[in-house]
Amino acid sequence: MAEFTLPKNSVLIEGKTFKAPAGAINIRRFEVYRWDPESGENPRIDAFELDMDNCGPMVLDAILKIKNEIDSTLTFRRSCREGVCGSCAMNINGRNSLACTKAIDSYSGTIKIYPLPHMDVVKDLVPDTTHFFAQYASIKPWIETQTPPPADSERLQSKEDREKLDGLYDCILCACCSTSCPSYWWNSERYLGPAVLLQAYRWLVDSRDENTGERLDELEDPFKLYRCHTIMNCTDTCPKNLNPAKAIAETKKLLVQRKLG
Amino acid sequence: MDYRTPLSRAKGLGSAKNGTDHWWMQRITAVTLIPLSFWLIKFLGLSLTAPYQQTVDWLVSPVNSICIVAWIIAAFYHAALGLQVVIEDYIAAEGPKIISIWAVNLAFLFLAIAALLAVFRIVSIG
Repeated sequence: MAEFTLPKNSVLIEGKTFKAPAGAINIRRFEVYRWDPESGENPRIDAFELDMDNCGPMVLDAILKIKNEIDSTLTFRRSCREGVCGSCAMNINGRNSLACTKAIDSYSGTIKIYPLPHMDVVKDLVPDTTHFFAQYASIKPWIETQTPPPADSERLQSKEDREKLDGLYDCILCACCSTSCPSYWWNSERYLGPAVLLQAYRWLVDSRDENTGERLDELEDPFKLYRCHTIMNCTDTCPKNLNPAKAIAETKKLLVQRKLG
Repeated sequence: MDYRTPLSRAKGLGSAKNGTDHWWMQRITAVTLIPLSFWLIKFLGLSLTAPYQQTVDWLVSPVNSICIVAWIIAAFYHAALGLQVVIEDYIAAEGPKIISIWAVNLAFLFLAIAALLAVFRIVSIG
């Protein structure tokens, strides 16, 4: 059966509280999930009180401030700090998003920060994305052709065909959508999840690709594709405002179209 | 120690190359059930206060007997398709999963047969 409760070694315990420096007026409290695989202890929630008069505006700025000034052992991924790389995807106040594009002021009260849900945790806020990216590799996210490229130009595409890729090529593979999907929580071994299915659709509609049929063959599966039950958490949570649910629906329409002619 | 690569694990046994029929039939039966269920509610509402013979007479008329048979087939088929998806979602162990799917499909098959036989009995004997 699906697992609805946390196993014993995953139950959260109370952690340390780090008070704001004396004299700070504008204080915000951040509660952060901490787990160190080497300690053998259960995960805990540490509380950090930060002086907002001395902190950048984004949630990522607060996390960096914690690491730089309070607890250097706090572990998380980050790179571009402008919503392009997808590294700092985490669960902020119950919703998956990018810490770098979420303003602290857009939340009220305590800000609770957890790793992406239902993934194995490597340490603190770092989830294990190995399987997620292996699933991405499995859909062959590159152009597949038999026709050799024209000798004197690149493979051309009309403006209209190029526009079909808008809202698809923009995906940064942060995994916010897949890890917000209950269907992906229960069946991620076989269900590809919204992020990978959106990427699969990106190649299905690319006018230059010559393997559409084979790609559809690979997707037509009760688990790989049809575990999507149109829950829409993916579209709701996407920090880039993309619509993976629509891409999945369009893929299902292509499969019906192929069958009915 | 499992030395399989992440890609090998992700690909698993590959695509079953079906699932579209299941999904499509679930949609077709769902849409079919919308008008048929309105008809059924109206029919049951009338039957509730009408004498038995009146209900039998209504049911014997071709439109009504076609509608009730269509409703039974669509509803039980839809229920079996839907419950199979729920089982696939929540039961991870292969054995219990397959047994549950068989059990659900057989249960709905026999329920549908029983319901259809009851209708034929009423229509033919009264």
